Order: sequence, then structure tokens, then C-alpha cells
Amino acid sequence: MSGEREIVLRIEDLKKAYGDNVVIDGLNLEVRAGEVIVVIGPSGCGKSTLLRCINALEDIQGGRILLEGQEVDGKSKNIAQIRQKLGMVFQSYDLFPHKTIIDNVTLSPIKVQKRPKDEAVAEAEALLDRVGLLDKRDDYPRQLSGGQKQRVAIARALAMKPEIMLLDEITAALDPEMVHEVLDVILDLAREGKTMIIVTHEMSFARAVADRVIFLEGGHIVEEGIPEQFFDHPKTERAREFLHTFEFAAVRSHTE
Amino acid sequence: MELLGLDVLFKGTNMARMLGGLWVAVEISLISVVISIVLGLLFGVFMTWKNPVARVISRVYLEIVRIMPQLVLMFIVFFGATRVWGINISAEVSSIIVFSFWGVGEMGDLVRGALTSIPKHQYESAAALGMNKAQTYYHIVIPQAVRQLIPMSINLVTRMIKTTSLVMMIGVVEVMKVGQQIIEANRMVSPNAVFGIYGIILLMYFFVCWPISLLASHLEKKWSN
Amino acid sequence: MDFAAMADYLPLFEQAMWLTLRIGWVGILGSLAIGLVVAVITHFKIPVLYQVARVYIELFRNTPLLIQLFFMYFALPRVGVPITAEACGMLGLALLGGAYMAETFRSGLEAVDPIQTESALSLGMTPAQVMRYITLPQAVSLSIQSFVANIIFLLKETSVFSAISLMDLMFVAKDLIGLYYKTTECLVMLVVFYLIIILPVSILGSVAERKLRYGAFGS
Repeated sequence: MSGEREIVLRIEDLKKAYGDNVVIDGLNLEVRAGEVIVVIGPSGCGKSTLLRCINALEDIQGGRILLEGQEVDGKSKNIAQIRQKLGMVFQSYDLFPHKTIIDNVTLSPIKVQKRPKDEAVAEAEALLDRVGLLDKRDDYPRQLSGGQKQRVAIARALAMKPEIMLLDEITAALDPEMVHEVLDVILDLAREGKTMIIVTHEMSFARAVADRVIFLEGGHIVEEGIPEQFFDHPKTERAREFLHTFEFAAVRSHTE
Repeated sequence: MELLGLDVLFKGTNMARMLGGLWVAVEISLISVVISIVLGLLFGVFMTWKNPVARVISRVYLEIVRIMPQLVLMFIVFFGATRVWGINISAEVSSIIVFSFWGVGEMGDLVRGALTSIPKHQYESAAALGMNKAQTYYHIVIPQAVRQLIPMSINLVTRMIKTTSLVMMIGVVEVMKVGQQIIEANRMVSPNAVFGIYGIILLMYFFVCWPISLLASHLEKKWSN
Repeated sequence: MDFAAMADYLPLFEQAMWLTLRIGWVGILGSLAIGLVVAVITHFKIPVLYQVARVYIELFRNTPLLIQLFFMYFALPRVGVPITAEACGMLGLALLGGAYMAETFRSGLEAVDPIQTESALSLGMTPAQVMRYITLPQAVSLSIQSFVANIIFLLKETSVFSAISLMDLMFVAKDLIGLYYKTTECLVMLVVFYLIIILPVSILGSVAERKLRYGAFGS
């Protein structure tokens, strides 16, 4: 289905290292419009670093990242414009503590994109409504639960009307009962056809939301495929071992 | 040399007089620091008392220290004591009284802050490990409190040394006063002495205070976690 | 206590208070401006300027205001920079305060979580916008306590101005004590006038601290 769509993001031979420690080693990836890509892999495999590189929060040591044909380069003059097309949500709640919820969402549309204030506010309210938090519009972040903060963070990223959403383990710091409310929002976005790259440890969510799963280890893509194939019949030993750690945990919880 | 008026420094006993003046300043601050530390520790413990009278007293004391300029306090002690009550206190002793009054207040507040900042679960986990009260204080509380206290009290010392520059204003002959006298005496022969003398005094203070400040921030960084 | 004498002295003290307030607050505003610029320089470690800023901070934090003032007041005119005592007081206070404010702002900037910068950047803000809308407002409120302490400290430091023959409160008090021997009266008035100058700042400061700590802030 994604075959006919245009390619929005192209990563060519990406290399990222911290000194001698190579984190991403020659990674290639193409993301088509409307595609939802889930990146999984053991901790330290470079999946979060990959998202940070795409958003130019890390300098890269080799290769290129092209967003709609434009190179993403942290040092270039128009990096702020390119970043507007990439909506990123982090693992830790990164709302601005000195701004109300509505101000968190409208700050960038008004100050960065110079959109008229009433238009930005109306749109922000619609987004807050969509994530079920319109009644919190005048609260401050500290008054919200972790799950609510993450939903606001998603709304804030969406307010910039990004081409691609980058979600970096957005449920990893949440209490288990809050994970669902956040992931529901993402499933909804996927249904709507939003292009997303998602790093997660939630396997059942990954299976439900992904068009394509990418298994990363040692800075390479070890295996990729559609979720049914990847989760039920992984081709590589590495992926089998990795998935097995999750199954093992599941069996244990049954017997306890 | 003459351009900066530094030649004046090496005339006669001028340099020795300046260093003598610096010593007076250092002496005043050293005596006050010792008094402040000893009494400040006691005052800090006093401030942790829940007694309402103790609270009011410490509150008022701290507020005076916080608000009144040291120079005003010096005026009160120096002029007030001598003129009003007829007690003859020298300017030096007045300075030491005021510096100690100030130092005890600030030191006490630091001690109180350090003592109350140790979280309750530290006491609880020490108790859970079977320590008695004395062991808890010796092994757990005091080492943590001291680490917080030392850098900040060192900063208090540098502030005291800097403030000694004020004692000339109630007539103590310390380094500033000596400097002024030298400049006055050489006004005709060496009009540029203002540069040399005040510059040297500036550097004297700097090289006394700077290493102490560096030590404080070094310790602060080292012990910050 | 001789209240008639105190009433006679009142205008003199009042005049002196306005002088102290004028120099004090101009100096404090100056120190805020200097502190902000220097803090940004040290925060971003801008080459050359960073080294200059460090020397400035260390020099002014480790020497007494009195000597800084003497140096400026008596030495500057000798190199052809005539400066009035009042301007000297303002400049001296601004430079001294700038060194303290810079350290306060800098530690405030350091206390802002780096993730705040990253998320602002990923919303497409330029580094200048991040500074203005995200980092700076948070840094200011994180450092409000030491900020208030600095202002009180600077207002207290104004008491040395009489040394460069400015007719401030100390000057008037000392003068009157010398002339009329009304020591108690003058000392009481001195204390009262310093309370008028500093107590409101102290009270407002604690209110602001409480507001920022329990109010809008602290996620």
C-alpha cells in the first residue's frame, strides 16, 4: 500500500559516533507519506539516537538525512524551518513549566510560525479536545498527571502541523495505567494517516500501529518487515532472541 | 613606575605600613570568624528548637542581620556605646563586635539550613540498619551537614574580609586608611599615586579573597552529590 | 530622646534617603543589565568574551566595593575621565552588582533542564527564541531567591557612598553626630531610614519567592 506514495524522509548511510563509540553505523531508511514505522531493539541499539539525529539534535559523522529532498543539517541556517516539519515527543515530560497548557501548545505556532493568535488558539483548543484535555487548558503542567502531560506534548507537536511525528519512548516513564490513554491517541493518529516514526518497548502496541517494524541492533537494521511477519515469524536469530525476552516475561507473569 | 605612582610604594616604610594595615584587617576578620563559627554552631542548633520564644528571637535577630548594613551597625556600636553609655570601646573592638554579631547570625542560619536539609528517610534508614542516635549523627547526619556547611561558611569568610574595608570609616587605621595617608603625603611629588596605591590595595584584597573563593567553589563542586 | 531635634533633622535625612534610593536603584538596574549580558556570555562560553567575563566576575566579587569606588572616583579623573560622585556611585554599584547578578543568572540558566531546550528546538524555535521564551523565564524564577538576596545586598552596600563624599544617610548621620552630639536620635533615625529603604524589598522578595515556588511553577 505504501508502494505508490512519495518518499518524505530518506536516510542514506547514516553514521553517528560519540568519540570511539559508534552508535549508528551505516543506516539506510526510506519513509513514505502516511507510513507508520516502529523501531524496536535492545537498549543501547541506537534507536533513540536515530530519532535525535533525524531532528538534528545530534551532529552526525557521516551520511545524509533528506526531508522532502532537503538536507537536515544542524548547522544550516534554515534548520529551525526544517524542524517545524518534524514533531518530536520525548520520553520525559518536557512541557514548559512556566506556561499554561494552552500557552504550551500555542507558543510555537504564534512565535515561530507567526500565525494569528486567535487562529492558533482555536486550533490548539481543537487539538486539546482531541486528546481529551480541553478542560485543562488553563492549568499548569505540574497539575497534570504524566499521561496527561504526554498527551499535551503530542498536541503541542501536532500544532506545528509537522510532516512527520517522531515519538521517542513516550510511554517509558509512565505508570502502567496511563500508558493506554497515550497510545490510544497515537493509534488514532495512525488511523488518520499521519506519518510517524515510533520508538517503543510496547510490543502489542507496536504490532497494532506499525505498517513496518524495524529491528535495530548495534547501529544496523538487522531485520525489517510487516508486523505480522516480524512478530510471528522473525527471520533472524537476533530478532527471535529479542522477542523471546518479552515472551519469557509474559510466561512468568502467568505462573505467578 | 612613576606613571602609575608605584614609586611611592617603595619610599621609606610605605610598603611595610600597607602590609601592616592589611594585617589589621585580616586580624579583625580572623577573630570575628572564630567567634562566628563557635557561637554560630550553637545558634544554629538553637534555631532548630520548636519553642515559640526561640523562634521569635532568632527571626528578629536574622532579620536585623539581613537588613541592616554592617556600617550602620558599626555606627551604633561605636558611637552609641562611647557617646551614649560612656563605655569606651575602641574602633577595633567595635568592628569585631559587629562582625561577630553578623557572622553568628549568618553562620547560625547556615547551620540550621544544613541540619534541617537532611531528609527524614536518612534518619529512618539509619535506624533501620540498627544504628542508635549517636551513631546516626556521627556516621550519617554530621558528615552530610558538614559538607553542605563548609563551602558556604568559607564564602562568609571572604565576605568578612571584604567588609573589613569599612572599618576605616569609624577610624580604624587599616590598609585603606594607610593608603589614603600615603596618597595625601605624596600628593605634590607623585600625583599618580592614586593608581598605584588603590590598585595595590585592590590586588591585595583580591589575592587574599580569590584563593579562598576558589577553595569554596572547589569543595562545593566536589561534594555536590 | 529629643524629638524636636529629630524633627529638625528630618528633611536632611529625607533628602539623603532620596539620594540613596536614586543611586541604589539606578545601580541595581544597571547591575541587572550587566548581569544578564555577562551571564549569557558565560553560559554560551563565547570565546574571548568568556575569558574577559570571568576576570570581571572574579575581580569584582573578590574585592570590596569601597576600594572599587575609590579607584574609580580618584583615579579615573587622572586619566581624563571626569566622573561625578553620584555617577561614580551608580557605576560602582552596577559593576559590583553585575558580577553577582551574572553568577545568579548563570546558575539559574544551568538549572534549567536541557530537555527544555531540545523540545523548544524541535518545535522549530531558533536558539534566540529558545533563550527568550523558554530558558530565560525559567532561569529567572529558579534564581529568584538569590536574586532578591543580591538586591538587598546592593542596597546595603550603598552605605559606603559617604566615603566618596556623597551626602547619603551615613554622611548626614555622622555629620549631625559630630556637630550636635545628638547621637541616640541620629542613630535611631539612621536605622529607621534604612528600614524604610530595605524592609519593603525584603517583604516583597519573600512574597515573590513564595509565589514562584508554590504558584505557577515547579513541575
